[in-house]
Amino acid sequence: MSELIDLDAIYAKSSIGATIDALDVDLVGLVPVKTRIREIAALLLVESARRELGLQAEPPSLHMCFTGNPGTGKTTVAQRMAEILHQLGYIRRNHVVTASRDDLVGQYIGHTAPKTKEILKKAMGGVLFIDEAYYLYKPENERDYGQEAIEILLQVMEDRRDDLVVILAGYKDRMDIFFRSNPGMASRIAHHIDFPDYSQDELISISELMLEKMHYRLSEDAVPVLRDYIARRMQQPRFSNARSIRNALDRARLRQANRLFANRGTPFARSALEIIEADDIRQSRVFTQ
Amino acid sequence: MKVTQGQFSFLPDLTDDEIKMQIEYALNQGYAVAIEYTDDPHPRNVFWSMWGNPMFDLRDPAGAMMELEACRAEHGGKYIKILAFDSKKGWESVRLSFMVNRPAFEPGFELVRQEGPGRQLRYTLRSHSTSRAPVSEPSL
Repeated sequence: MSELIDLDAIYAKSSIGATIDALDVDLVGLVPVKTRIREIAALLLVESARRELGLQAEPPSLHMCFTGNPGTGKTTVAQRMAEILHQLGYIRRNHVVTASRDDLVGQYIGHTAPKTKEILKKAMGGVLFIDEAYYLYKPENERDYGQEAIEILLQVMEDRRDDLVVILAGYKDRMDIFFRSNPGMASRIAHHIDFPDYSQDELISISELMLEKMHYRLSEDAVPVLRDYIARRMQQPRFSNARSIRNALDRARLRQANRLFANRGTPFARSALEIIEADDIRQSRVFTQ
Repeated sequence: MKVTQGQFSFLPDLTDDEIKMQIEYALNQGYAVAIEYTDDPHPRNVFWSMWGNPMFDLRDPAGAMMELEACRAEHGGKYIKILAFDSKKGWESVRLSFMVNRPAFEPGFELVRQEGPGRQLRYTLRSHSTSRAPVSEPSL
C-alpha cells in the first residue's frame, strides 16, 4: 500500500492552526509554553493520522504540570489547552473545572473521597485544573486527609486517561517538594511546563493588549510614564507579573473616572472617556515610595 | 421472570455504550442524573435506595458511568436504575428512568390471596426476593 498521508489535510480539518495562531497573538511571551503546546498538537495530529490507518496505540498521557510565579498566565493557558485538546479530539468537551484544596479535601474521616469524586465527575470529559496543588500534601500533619485525595486522583488519572486531563499548577519550588514526596504523582505527569517571568517589554505589550480589550488608550505622554511605572513596580515586593499590571490599569481607570467626574462642569470630547492621561498613572503609590 | 419497569424494559438489556448515549442525551437536555438500586422490584415500590446524591453539574456521561460501575461492584445482584431529573419550572420531576442492571436470576412475584368476610378474596403481589428467610438473627 503506497498511499500517501496528507497530514496537512488533517491539520486543516481540525482548524487547530487558527487556535494556535490566536494563542500567539493573545499571549505575549511564554515561548517555552507555546513550543510545548505546538509539540503536543503535533503529537495528537500524528496520532489521529495513525488511528485512521488502524495503527492502534494507547492514547498518550497528557496530564500536565504548570509551574511559575503568580500572574504568568497558568490559568489562561489551561483554558486554551482545553480548547486545543478539544479541537484535536483528545477530550470530548471543551470545559475546564478549577479546583483547589478546599474542593477536594474533606474535614473529617470519610468526607474526602466523596468530595474528590464529585469534582472528578464534574470534570470528566474535559480538563481538571488544580490550582496550588502542593497544598494537597501537608507533611507536617500526618493525619491530613490530603493524601487520600491524592490517591483517588492518581487512580482516576491512571484508569480514566481517555476521560480526563489533569493539570496541576503552582509555584516551582513548592511543586518540586510536592513531587519529591509524591513520586507516584510525578511519574504520572508527562508534561512539566515552566512559565517564565515576563520581561519589561513583554509587560508593556501585555498592558497595551489589556487596554485595547477594555477600549482605553494611553495619551502620548502617558506611554513613558507607564514604562517607568512597570520598571519600578518590578523591583517592588509582591510583584505578580500580568496580575499586577491588570491591577495597576484598574486603578488608573479609577483615577481617570475621578478626574472626569471632578471636572464635570465642563463638557468634554468623547475621546476623553477613552484616554488615560500621564497623571492617572503618576499618582500611583509606586512613584512616591 | 424478566421484570419490565421503566423505559426500554421490553427491549434487550441496554449495553454500556447505549446507557452512555442515554445519559448523554439527558445531560444535553440539562437533566440531573441519579442512580438508585433495590432488591425489591415490586411495581409499587417507589422507595429505591439512592446510590450517592443526584449528579448535578455533570457535563459528560463518563462521570455517571464511573458511579454506575461502582454501584454494580457493590450491588451487582440487585436491580439498578438510572433516573434523569428535570428541574425546569413546570416539570420538576423525573423525565427518564430505565433499568441498567438486574440480578442473574429474577425470582419474580408471588400471588397472595387473602380471605375476606363472606368468602371474599383479595389478591396482591409480593416479590419473592423480599420473602427470603433472614440470613442472620435480626438485631433488635
